[in-house]
Amino acid sequence: MSVAVELRHISKRFPGVIANKDVSMKVETGTVHALVGENGAGKSTVMKILYGMQRPDGGEILVNGQAVNFKNPNDAIDASIGMVHQHFMLADNFTVLENIILGAEPKHGITIDFAAARKKVADMSAAYGLDVDPDILVEELGVGQRQRVEILKVLYRGARILIFDEPTAVLVPQEVDDLFNALKGLRAEGMAIIFISHKLDEVLRVADDVTVVRAGSTVAEVKSKDVTARQLAELMVGSELPQPTTHGDTRRPEITLALKDVSIPTKSGSRDLISHISFDLHAGEVIGIAGVEGNGQAELVEAIMGLREYTGQIEFKGENIDHFTVAHRHDAGIGLIPEDRQRQGLMMASPLWENRILGHQRSKPVMRGFVLDKKATIADTRTIMQEFDVRAPGPQTLAAALSGGNQQKFIVGREMSKAPSLLVASHPTRGVDVGAQAAIWEELRRAREKGMAVVLISADLEELIGMSDRLLVMLRGAITAQLDPQKTTPEQLGSAMTGAK
Amino acid sequence: MKKPSMSQVMLAFAAPLAAAVVSIVISSLAVLASKKSPIDAYKTMWEFGTQAGSLLEVLNTATPYYIAAIAIAVTFRAGLFNIGVEGQLRLGALFSAYLGAKFVLPPIFHVLAVFLIAMTVGGIWAAIAAYLKVKRGVSEVISTIMLNSLAGGLTSFLFSQYFAEITEGSNNLTTKTLPESARMPDLMPLLNKLGVEDQPGGGVYGMLLVAAALGVAFWFIVNRTRFGFELRASGANPIAARVSGVNSKRMVFYALVISGAIAGLSGLPAVLGDTHSYTMGFRSGIGFSAIAVALLGRNGAVGMAFSALLFGFLEVSSRSLELIDIAPETYVIMQGSILLSSVIAYEVVRRYKITLQSKELAKAVA
Repeated sequence: MSVAVELRHISKRFPGVIANKDVSMKVETGTVHALVGENGAGKSTVMKILYGMQRPDGGEILVNGQAVNFKNPNDAIDASIGMVHQHFMLADNFTVLENIILGAEPKHGITIDFAAARKKVADMSAAYGLDVDPDILVEELGVGQRQRVEILKVLYRGARILIFDEPTAVLVPQEVDDLFNALKGLRAEGMAIIFISHKLDEVLRVADDVTVVRAGSTVAEVKSKDVTARQLAELMVGSELPQPTTHGDTRRPEITLALKDVSIPTKSGSRDLISHISFDLHAGEVIGIAGVEGNGQAELVEAIMGLREYTGQIEFKGENIDHFTVAHRHDAGIGLIPEDRQRQGLMMASPLWENRILGHQRSKPVMRGFVLDKKATIADTRTIMQEFDVRAPGPQTLAAALSGGNQQKFIVGREMSKAPSLLVASHPTRGVDVGAQAAIWEELRRAREKGMAVVLISADLEELIGMSDRLLVMLRGAITAQLDPQKTTPEQLGSAMTGAK
Repeated sequence: MKKPSMSQVMLAFAAPLAAAVVSIVISSLAVLASKKSPIDAYKTMWEFGTQAGSLLEVLNTATPYYIAAIAIAVTFRAGLFNIGVEGQLRLGALFSAYLGAKFVLPPIFHVLAVFLIAMTVGGIWAAIAAYLKVKRGVSEVISTIMLNSLAGGLTSFLFSQYFAEITEGSNNLTTKTLPESARMPDLMPLLNKLGVEDQPGGGVYGMLLVAAALGVAFWFIVNRTRFGFELRASGANPIAARVSGVNSKRMVFYALVISGAIAGLSGLPAVLGDTHSYTMGFRSGIGFSAIAVALLGRNGAVGMAFSALLFGFLEVSSRSLELIDIAPETYVIMQGSILLSSVIAYEVVRRYKITLQSKELAKAVA
């Protein structure tokens, strides 16, 4: 086996930040090589350097043993390197074939030689097991098939070294399986594949070798068969992982939230989005909602927050709140950590202190009478930033300038600042680094001890099991199981979520 | 609070400065194209424009621009775009002139009643677009453009068929003259006391004070009240606003109707201060120029005041260009190039600011 790509001591600094200090990796032909690391560890930067989008300040890149110096992606493509982007770059109103040849059209005089293109694409599809109808419009394709078109596009340009940037982020499990089969096919053809991910179980499934980067430096190069997901995670973080746990039973007798036969029927009369959901949530209790995404968890949150009409009754602290508006529910003491922080929780182009107001525009300290108290808001924003370790220069910083983890800490701080009786937390630690994750868990634990009730929705099964006092499993909009987290393993929970017995 | 750093101060001035330079270059090219000296052109404009009489006229030109720009800014801040100001102000002016002459009230009350008519008519006209947007999902941009044509036809029809009175020996049609009690006093006597001398043909619309008061109210409501915050939040991120308890549909409705009501007022300066009736010569295009005024003023109360004055100044002073054989319409090129270059310059600076902040942040964290 020969080495397809070698990176030696790559460094890259941006003004004020060192993105890469010393990254080295060696990718052999006919292998899948995973590059893993936390958000901000420098994975993307090193791949942009390899693909010619950025130039390194130091270090060497060797492709097939030759030192190269890419000025732009075209140089990289000429050296048979291809990149499959996380966000697809396809023209919806073109057919698959047109998309694949776009920018590299085979010419026949002045016309495009579609026959030649079609044959080449058909051959490639067959050879690598990437089945797509070349004449269908891209807008009619699902996500998994679009990704296949992207891969074909890269192969069509003669790539032998393929970079996949977080390819599974947008796929459902079935599509992930298909992708991994395709990767195995490509590997068998002698391609070198670089797979960027932070989903460690996937990495272990598909990769032969793993390079771990942390804070801009390579910290380990291992064979995937020699490590466990936990070991990889600890390599990524550089220390032992924080554990999502709660201590003791802090449940109080009073019921904070009660759902009675809550359903959201669809207009078309097909299956309810959520169906006959009932549960009682006590003060000081965390209830975990487990389920594969898209099984009604988002709609459950919307019902509790009053963002969607529902049938049935919801009681909050003994009072029926069905007629409450969204604003009412916020004011009554329900806090929300929305599942998509940028879309639902922040005004990205506004400073943090204005974001502090969002959802709290009817209460102190933001309002004094009906006039906005800017000074008090800024002071309070500063307090939140200190207490929740939001790393930013100050309350005037725009939300867009913050990293994802800091945005999330800010939202958690904002919601906790009103000391809610109930917190609806949708994926509270998704996409945040380990330090922020530990801080958010600690905050939830502390509030729980003080009697806050929590509805916790998460895709992280360890988080669900560790943080919850009780687990409800949602499948196709209904609660299909109630589990005791102390007696449940992630595997058992996982199979309950898919409906397997 | 830490003091703004040198670079922040520079940034604040970078955009307007760059925009000014670029627009002067473009305007100069336009003048050069007609084989005239740009220096002469600017000198003539400046000399004419800074005469006391011209300056008063600049104020009169700027007043409706400013009010109409506020109307547009209300929707911009909410993430909407009311292009229909032209139609709303025209209908408001016609109805307030016509109905206002039908009754007599004590002086101040009569003027207020005329205001109310103009605001109601403008607001109702905008409410059509608001209703279509909220209930039927029709883009307010499209519907207000179409309502403009409709308003144009409707005013012409009502005016010529029903509202206008025919004056003997004149081709000019006007509505019945408003009684004394419905007129806005001219500000000239006040200015006399401040040492400004009377100018030939010059008075200053009393609506100037109304415009100033509106500007203050606009600033306060948008920046300092809950309603204003919810309006801006709906504009900045409608989904997050909804999740935070803002009733986004109601916000859309309010923003458009309030905008229409303010637009109705912007047709009044001439009606109440000059012609005292709706005439065939009613100035057209205010609602469109005001879009540019609002953009140039970045939807801020102070910024729009400056840009309204600038537009007024260019419009008035450019009349002098005829004296040196340059088409006075050159001012349209000037307005256009100022607008374009400032919109671009502000966007560039805004992006640079985010990059700068990210870097500062990286430094603070590293």
